[in-house]
Amino acid sequence: MVYEMESDCIEDMEIEALSSMWPEDIGTEVGRQFNIERPGRDQDMLEEVTIIDDPTIVDFKRLMELTNYTDKGSSQLAYLVKHWEYKQANAVRLLREELDHLSKQRQEVELKKLEILEEQRFEEERYAGDKRPVSILDGVYDIWQAVPHRKNDIVVQSKGIEIDADYDTVIYWKQQALHLEKLLEASVQREQVLMQKLQESIQNLEKQSSPVEELSQILKRADNFLHFVLQNAPVVIGHQDEEMRYRFIYNHFPSLHEEDIIGRTDVEIFSGAGVKESQDFKREVLEKGLPAKKEITFETGLFGSKTFLIHVEPVFSKAGEKIGINYMGMDVTDQVRRRERMAKIREEIAVQKAKESELNKTIHITEETMRAKQMLATMSHEIRSPLSGVVSIAEILSTTKLDQEQRQLLDVMLSSGDLVLQLINDILDLSKVESGVMKLEATKFRPRQVVKHVLQTAAASLQKILTLEGHVADDVPIEIIGDVLRIRQILTNLVSNAIKFTHEGKVGINLYVVPDPSFGNAEGYHQKLIADQQTISVNDVKGEKCLSTSQISSDENGLDSKKCGECPRQNHPFNDESTTPTKNESSINGDFEEQLHAAETTVWIRCDVYDTGIGIPDNALPTLFKRYMQVSADHARKYGGTGLGLAICKQLVELMGGRLTVSSKEHRGSTFTFILPYKVSTTCDHSDDPDELSDMDNHDDVEDDTNEGFFQFQPRTLGSLFSSNGSARATKLLSQNIAYSSSNFRGFSDVAYSLPSGNIRSKETASIQDGLSEVDINPEIAESENSVSHIPDQEIENGVCNYKQLQENMNCQYQNPSINCTQLKEASREVAVATKTTEPQPTSQSQEKCDTISQCVNDSTEEVLKSTLRPRILLVEDNKINVMVAKSMMKQLGHSIDVVNNGIEAVRAVQRNSYDLILMDVCMPIMNGLNATKIIRSFEETGNWDAASEAGIDKFVPEADSLHNDEGSSLSRKRIPIIAMTANALSESAEECFANGMDSFVSKPVNFQKLRQCLEQYLP
Amino acid sequence: MEVGQMQRQWVDYMRSLFMEGFLDDQFLQLQQLQDESNPDFVVEVVSLFYEDSEKLLNDLTKTLDTKGTDFKRVDAHVHQLKGSSSSIGAQRVKNACIAFRNFCEEHNIEECLRCLQQVKQEYCFLKNKLETLFRLEQQIVAAGGSIPMMELSF
Repeated sequence: MVYEMESDCIEDMEIEALSSMWPEDIGTEVGRQFNIERPGRDQDMLEEVTIIDDPTIVDFKRLMELTNYTDKGSSQLAYLVKHWEYKQANAVRLLREELDHLSKQRQEVELKKLEILEEQRFEEERYAGDKRPVSILDGVYDIWQAVPHRKNDIVVQSKGIEIDADYDTVIYWKQQALHLEKLLEASVQREQVLMQKLQESIQNLEKQSSPVEELSQILKRADNFLHFVLQNAPVVIGHQDEEMRYRFIYNHFPSLHEEDIIGRTDVEIFSGAGVKESQDFKREVLEKGLPAKKEITFETGLFGSKTFLIHVEPVFSKAGEKIGINYMGMDVTDQVRRRERMAKIREEIAVQKAKESELNKTIHITEETMRAKQMLATMSHEIRSPLSGVVSIAEILSTTKLDQEQRQLLDVMLSSGDLVLQLINDILDLSKVESGVMKLEATKFRPRQVVKHVLQTAAASLQKILTLEGHVADDVPIEIIGDVLRIRQILTNLVSNAIKFTHEGKVGINLYVVPDPSFGNAEGYHQKLIADQQTISVNDVKGEKCLSTSQISSDENGLDSKKCGECPRQNHPFNDESTTPTKNESSINGDFEEQLHAAETTVWIRCDVYDTGIGIPDNALPTLFKRYMQVSADHARKYGGTGLGLAICKQLVELMGGRLTVSSKEHRGSTFTFILPYKVSTTCDHSDDPDELSDMDNHDDVEDDTNEGFFQFQPRTLGSLFSSNGSARATKLLSQNIAYSSSNFRGFSDVAYSLPSGNIRSKETASIQDGLSEVDINPEIAESENSVSHIPDQEIENGVCNYKQLQENMNCQYQNPSINCTQLKEASREVAVATKTTEPQPTSQSQEKCDTISQCVNDSTEEVLKSTLRPRILLVEDNKINVMVAKSMMKQLGHSIDVVNNGIEAVRAVQRNSYDLILMDVCMPIMNGLNATKIIRSFEETGNWDAASEAGIDKFVPEADSLHNDEGSSLSRKRIPIIAMTANALSESAEECFANGMDSFVSKPVNFQKLRQCLEQYLP
Repeated sequence: MEVGQMQRQWVDYMRSLFMEGFLDDQFLQLQQLQDESNPDFVVEVVSLFYEDSEKLLNDLTKTLDTKGTDFKRVDAHVHQLKGSSSSIGAQRVKNACIAFRNFCEEHNIEECLRCLQQVKQEYCFLKNKLETLFRLEQQIVAAGGSIPMMELSF
């Protein structure tokens, strides 16, 4: 209803605006009034409506868009709604105003109507029937407000009066009245139309409220969609104002209530790592006004450790001011973790790969190195065998008659050969150590014995006037455990080195226990040692020295050979040496008290090898222990040597967990020191070592030896002592010596593996020397003694005979020591053989021995012996290996044999020579043993070789010879024992053998017993 | 003594070779033939054996590979091999050879081929074992010991 009124007003207003023209064209005016949509205000109003309509439609569209850009959607929507409401309200206000206007206009129209009526009356009275009362209208208008109610009253009255009073004019007035009535009607009509319009407008308004619903529906739908889309998304969406307070938050996994969040800042809500960072980041984005993304790891009490990818976008107001930020966060913890893991894995892989390649490289290098070393070792080994052959032959050659020049040449040849052998052995040793092939043995040994023996050996080969001394401190245990061979090698090497570079004064060994230098402190210890050396040491010279020409590979050998070298110069070195030590021992005996360590404790023993030699210049120290390095080329020339000795020593010491150092003062001397850990055995005494026992059985002075701590070998005493004591003692100990010489021989041969030829000489000297005095000391000897100790007395006596022979040989030794050596060797070997193999026919054996001895010396005698005493044996065998085996067996049994490879050759051999026995393989190519036997038998029976001819063996030329050789032919007519050698195959049955004229058979493989039986049976 | 351990090891190794049948008494015979005058006898014989056997085995392989196998030739070779192996006491090689010969007589090419493989295998085994043994012996000798033949009582 209100609206109705208002619409009236509006109508009025419009009318009012046109009022001035009203009298002239009312009709048009009326018409105009109906066209509300067209003119002025109406149009505006419509426009307004449409404007309202338009934005709503646009809003929908935009909303749809906005739903796509969800960020701004909500605020936009809110804004739109407000805007719409505002417009709606505006429309209502305008409508109201219009209604006001309309009602006013109506009032005015009514007033005017009254006025007009009054006017008409006035005009009647004045007779002014003009139709143009414009001005008057104005005037009337002026008055108009003042007389409304009077007019009203008057209108009714005057009408009635007018109609009644004037007829003439009545018609006019009637018309006038009608006209007015029409106007009124029109006015009413218009009013109604306006009313209708108003109604419509109101209805429209009502209708127009439906977009709101629609809008809200769309909004709802959009909201649903958003929820649907977001419902499982691990995202947080929020809006924060410029103060970073949450204005809106969407969180699918809310751990906080809305009221806890809204209006607060991140920092206020959470605490922990990352919170501040995220807030700062948001602030930064807000300040910069540019969207950005960042990954932030949170470590909050609320949701633990999580990483979020946060997208922050600034929000601007319409005016372009920053009013806050929108942000969206996504939990990427798993992804980040996975990524990190991947990165880590990738990194690891890379590292692994790098390592792998590094390792491969190393392996490759190592392999190469190993191969090279292996190669070197193999080559050295390969070279050694032929070289030792050369050297041994040279040695044999030196035993023959040579003139002065030849001898000199031969000496050079020998020493060069020895040097090369030494070098090769050193290389082998080194490569063994380096390639880790060298294994250390842990065995019990007596350091005093070792020291003593080393010195003794050195003294034996001493060519200078030097005092050799050794001192073993009291606290050094009697027995310690270590690799005695290597330790001796080191000692010997160092000592011989020292001797080599010392021209006068002394060379000595000091042995003492070092107070527990647990080698964790190795460094410190080392430093201490270095500090001790005021003079920096250097032994290069020495290292090289030890490899001088006369020395042979392993230290012992080297020394031994030296001895040999010396032998010729000094008259009776062996005896000399032997006496001195014994003397010393006895004198010093008893000083010594051993404290035995309990259990297997480790004891560190320091060993100094000192000399008063030429010393080592400082500048040579760094390279001292390097391979092939000598102090200078001069030294190398002067002293010889390979430059490997010290390198080997050092390697060995280090291999055993110790340290080798040196201190030296030039022209004053050098001291080489090595410290090694040893275990001390629980069993305090030497009882468990069988070798030692056997030693002790034989020698009284063994006991003394174990405890003695000081040894000295004076240079001057050597010669004199020898002559006085030596011989007597030697004879006394004869029987023992024999046993020992043989045993020693074995022991030494073991040591001297590398150098057969060099050793030959050394063996002799060493063994004899040891036999005389020192047997007990030498551990190697002791070892081999087991076998010897079983020797029955008789055989020893046999040996004694031999030994006497040897002695005789020895007497003539001066002139040609090497001959003696070989002879000695032979002899001692014979003894050994004799003792080893118990022979049924000792005579033949000894004969054979004689043979071998004489072989060296005198070929012709051997020939004689052979021809007269030997039965001739023929072996018919095609298999080389069988031949080799059988041959050696026969050799060992004291027979040499002829060998042919098949039946035909056998027949020919029988044709040519007479044999006492034939060993015949049955199964052979070309002609088998059975056929050959048949032919031979046939000859024996018939005296001719028809059977042989039949078999195709025609070319037997030497028949004439054999006939001439009456003995031979007559012998051959005798029935030769033919023994079949069968492989136990079916085709070689015993019957068949017998059927073909064989006397017996042995089954293969042949062995000693079978052969021996056979020989016993068939040889006279 | 230092070498004692090695010697013990050697004895053990020898025992195992005997127990496993690689070697038999004949090998001991060989060892007895070795002395100071002939220090490498065993090695020499065995080297000869290697040489010989390898030749024979190669030839056997070739012969058995050719069509129309000459079984006589095969048999001769196997016989040779058997002889040598029994001479050095290579028991298992010898036994393989015996089996080989039986099939050879049957002219059974397939079994012969199998036997050849067997023999080759045994030969390789033996070679390895002997090489180890010799190395050990070398070490003993190098360390200054002697081969403890005496302790080899079976």
